[in-house]
Amino acid sequence: MAIKELKRKPLTFAEKTYLPQIASGLIITLKNIFRPTITLQYPEERPEIPEGYRGVPTLVKDPNGREKCVSCQLCEFVCPPKAIRIIPGELDEEGDSAHVEKGPKEFEIDMLRCIYCGYCQEVCPEEAIWLQDEFSLSGYTREELIYQKDKLYELGGTLPDNHFKWDKKKSAEEAGNPH
Amino acid sequence: MSDEQKGDGLISVFIDGNEVRCKPGTNLVDLVDSVGKEIPHYCYHPKLSVSGNCRMCLVELGMPGKDRATGKPMLNNDGTPKVMFFPNPAIACGTRTSPGMRIRTQSEMVKKCREGVMEFLLINHPLDCPICDQAGECRLQEFSTEYGKGYSRFIEQKVVKPKRTVLGPRVMLDDERCVLCSRCIRFCKEVADDDVLGFVDRGSYSTLTCYPGKQLENNYSLNTVDICPVGALTSLDFRFKMRVWFLKETPSICTESSVGVNTMVASREGKIYRITPRRNDEVNDTWMSDSGRILYKEIEDENRLTGYASQGAFSPPDAAILQVQKYFESEKIAFVGSGGNSVEELYLFNRLSRAAKSVGNYLVSHIQEGDELLISNDANPNTRGALSVGFIESLPETELPDLASRIDSGDVDTVIVYNEDLIVAGISSEQLAKVDIVYFGTHSNATSEAASVVVPTLSVFEKAGTFINQQFRLQKFLQAVPGPDGLIDDLVSFSQLLNHVEPDSGPLETVEPIWAELSKEVSQFNDLSFNTLSPEGAQLDGAAFQHLPFCEGKTLHYEPAAETVEAGT
Amino acid sequence: METVDIIWIITKAVIVAVALLSFSNLAVLAERKVSSWIQGRVGPNRTSIPLIGSIPVIGTAMTRLGLFQPVADGLKLLLKEDPVPDHVNKFYFFLAPVAAMMPAVTTIAVLPFGQIISDGVVVPIVLADLDIGILFIFAVSSLGVYGMILAGWASNSKYPFLGGIRSSAQMISYELSMGLSILPIFMWANAPGADSGLNLFSVVQHQQGVWGVIFMPGSALLFLVSIFAETNRLPFDMAESESELVAGFNTEYGSFKFGLFFAAEYAHIIVGSGVFTALFLGGWHPLPFLSADLLPDGLLGAAFSIGIFLFKVCCMVFFFIWIRWTLPRFRYDQIMKLGWTMMLPLAIVNLVVYAIIFAFIDG
Ligand code: SF4
Ligand code: SF4
Ligand code: SF4
Ligand code: SF4
Ligand code: FES
Repeated sequence: MAIKELKRKPLTFAEKTYLPQIASGLIITLKNIFRPTITLQYPEERPEIPEGYRGVPTLVKDPNGREKCVSCQLCEFVCPPKAIRIIPGELDEEGDSAHVEKGPKEFEIDMLRCIYCGYCQEVCPEEAIWLQDEFSLSGYTREELIYQKDKLYELGGTLPDNHFKWDKKKSAEEAGNPH
Repeated sequence: MSDEQKGDGLISVFIDGNEVRCKPGTNLVDLVDSVGKEIPHYCYHPKLSVSGNCRMCLVELGMPGKDRATGKPMLNNDGTPKVMFFPNPAIACGTRTSPGMRIRTQSEMVKKCREGVMEFLLINHPLDCPICDQAGECRLQEFSTEYGKGYSRFIEQKVVKPKRTVLGPRVMLDDERCVLCSRCIRFCKEVADDDVLGFVDRGSYSTLTCYPGKQLENNYSLNTVDICPVGALTSLDFRFKMRVWFLKETPSICTESSVGVNTMVASREGKIYRITPRRNDEVNDTWMSDSGRILYKEIEDENRLTGYASQGAFSPPDAAILQVQKYFESEKIAFVGSGGNSVEELYLFNRLSRAAKSVGNYLVSHIQEGDELLISNDANPNTRGALSVGFIESLPETELPDLASRIDSGDVDTVIVYNEDLIVAGISSEQLAKVDIVYFGTHSNATSEAASVVVPTLSVFEKAGTFINQQFRLQKFLQAVPGPDGLIDDLVSFSQLLNHVEPDSGPLETVEPIWAELSKEVSQFNDLSFNTLSPEGAQLDGAAFQHLPFCEGKTLHYEPAAETVEAGT
Repeated sequence: METVDIIWIITKAVIVAVALLSFSNLAVLAERKVSSWIQGRVGPNRTSIPLIGSIPVIGTAMTRLGLFQPVADGLKLLLKEDPVPDHVNKFYFFLAPVAAMMPAVTTIAVLPFGQIISDGVVVPIVLADLDIGILFIFAVSSLGVYGMILAGWASNSKYPFLGGIRSSAQMISYELSMGLSILPIFMWANAPGADSGLNLFSVVQHQQGVWGVIFMPGSALLFLVSIFAETNRLPFDMAESESELVAGFNTEYGSFKFGLFFAAEYAHIIVGSGVFTALFLGGWHPLPFLSADLLPDGLLGAAFSIGIFLFKVCCMVFFFIWIRWTLPRFRYDQIMKLGWTMMLPLAIVNLVVYAIIFAFIDG
């Protein structure tokens, strides 16, 4: 393929003085002064959080108030910056959720490490961890920003459930077998 | 060319069209595994009898046709043998090879079979994976992703079965997850000789249970957890502690007895979570004892030594080693080693004793009652190591009357003790008080309390090394977790001490240079080195010690030599 | 001179200096505000002083305009920790900000910024009505570069060093064209018969009819470009060029010493704008062709004239800022080339042309 050399257009005299260009630049910036500003007055005005926004990861309960996480530790495994730490535990044999058997004894997310990638939400088989719309965190110490289980549940609240897997399981267990 | 003509006793079979040479009568599952392919299976286990009840291993089989009338092979037009495939699939686990056999492991029919079996297995299977300890090493999970349908057509209610059934002190059963493979039943019956498990009820209601009034409590019960292909049997010790995908596995050797069971130590971030057996067909097959699995708890025991001490006061490592050097100047020094230490450590300990002109080397024997399976009578895992490196010449005894009398007579005024308690070995505390004691060891005991200098050492999980088991098999273990903060490897301490008393001994701080010396010095170890030692270990020539009356009786892969038994009894 | 006079002069000097510094502070605010407007933002609008800020309408308005921001900025610069790196030459390091500040404050002394008519005689409002006013300004303001060179050298680190070198080279290059560009205006003011010398007041008075910028646009342009270069403003901010040199000559400075550099920069801008106003924008004459003589006598007129002068200065400061947010920085070699191969010849040509014109007119 032949090489085609493109010649730069020589500058006109006016262009060489820069002055018309500077003037037109000045006009553009001047016009900008009178444009409306786009600043959001942040703490008073809040940005609109779009659907699917990935804010702080939180733990949620199902509508019956049962903690959904069963400490399967998949989120801990998948988390790229290793922000999640879980110490699994066995649930009380007596309580309402005894049939779930397993739940997190301790669950902490180091928000200083979290990169809000949402992998934890994606991997969770129980839909127990959600990146919700909270995005501004602050604390005075590093420890404060390692969120513990109670804090994560407080942030997460309750989300609607489509499956009620464990409730169904419990009722099946109670109904027993048509044996 | 017929198989007999090749004369090596092997036959040809064809796996998916590729010729494979094997011994006649090889199990198909093992054969296919050996060529790097997989036949999925649940109930088959190489060390158990074949029961053939899961049907996961269905494959298509074919044989070269023979003319019924003449008995001659049927040939295709081009002269190749005509292969007749059976119309129905057959289970691979129940089939042994015969000459000319054709196996199809990937055909449409085989795939359909697997899908069907998977679908039936999953019909009543609970959606428990998030809370199931087996997740991550579960055959059902693996095979349903690989060979399953990917979705469920079953909308009826699942069969409910008991969950959280405690089968024994160490094993818990979740019947919903059981795929009724009967591996656990066969293990108890065939290997552990404790036939306590069985199925009750029929069809999808079949349930695994213990015989009424009995428990799964034999010392091998946790092997059922290992061989259970699903999460039905779980270990109470490991239950809900850690997911298996976090665990780092390090090959190790069990120190419970001189059998030298091969193990895998699973740890995460420096903490051990469980120990499982590692297959070694010469030693332990795929089994290990329950009591061996909890040995890791010792390293977190409260009387674990974690700090160096000199004259009862805390001392930095360097200062403690300097102190030890002083005691080495004594003319009347005796060395007490332990059969729990590795070959390398005992070698250096022996070098030290020679360099310090020891007046006597002692090893304390620990006799226990074996179970004729995987626990032998000798609780020292490395008695033969001590013999091989020359630390002792005759078999050790449980008590040390010789040392006691020497202390009493004043022939010994300094004793270097390595991981043994002299009180247990029959030395009285008055006698202890008469001598200076330097104690190397992992845990504190009466001797360490009487010691002038205490040097804490590492446990088998925290260092690398080798043991020689009762079969004179040299087996290596690797470091699974780091030792407690600030502890120096035993080999490093010994090497420093050795450099002090024998300045030209060179650095011997890791196993490799020690093996370089060992392979030169000890004829048994010629041509061996630590890095090249295979995971299965190396069989040494124990002829030099054959005359000794070892205390071990029969165990799984060990027969005591006839005259030894006589001498021993 | 009597003691009273001395005290009066000192008082005036202090007032003017304080006013200059406050203006430079306000100029900082203006910079922040104007830049944010140009960029579609709002700029500082949060800082508030407790009592004043809570006055209903005015307080809020002042807060929103950011009028308290300079106070906060100043306080911040005063109260911040003032680290002095180990590797600096302490004496010159401390001297540099002072050396940068001094010329800016000194030049204001000879700059007339208003007139007062008493008994029909027009008297300039100025601290020192020197005959050689413009020379004094040039002489002193070119000392400003010492601040930067000292800072760059004393900091003993590479970015400040480069910044210092660049700024000195730039100053030297543009000083020439700056000096040459304003000669015509003095030739004009010193038409035969008028004996005003290099006095700024007489130059302003000479523009009663026609402003310098109208009569001599060429000189005005050259001078304007030169003061941009002299004040190190974009597009000529070689000394700082934060995208290349971190912060240029003041990289190692912090807290109050940095504040001095900062204030000096804006003081320079204000003085530069003042000089330009006096030389080319008719000083305190309200409009071209409209003399300030129609202002009333006495203090009222004086206030008016000062107001007009300040208004023009403000416009100039705005222009400075406006340019900053319009033009990108030149490359160093481009600046040198522009200075020596364009500005200097043009200034000479400009001078020769006007000399010929005046020769014809006067001849
Ligand atoms: S993935 Fe979900 S259920 Fe599993 S530990 Fe994380 S939050 Fe809990
Ligand atoms: S959002 Fe990503 S980084 Fe944050 S906790 Fe979840 S997996 Fe980890
Ligand atoms: S046995 Fe396997 S498939 Fe079944 S719940 Fe456990 S991990 Fe999941
Ligand atoms: S418990 Fe496990 S090993 Fe035993 S039959 Fe069931 S699936 Fe097989
Ligand atoms: S493995 Fe062959 S039938 Fe189960």
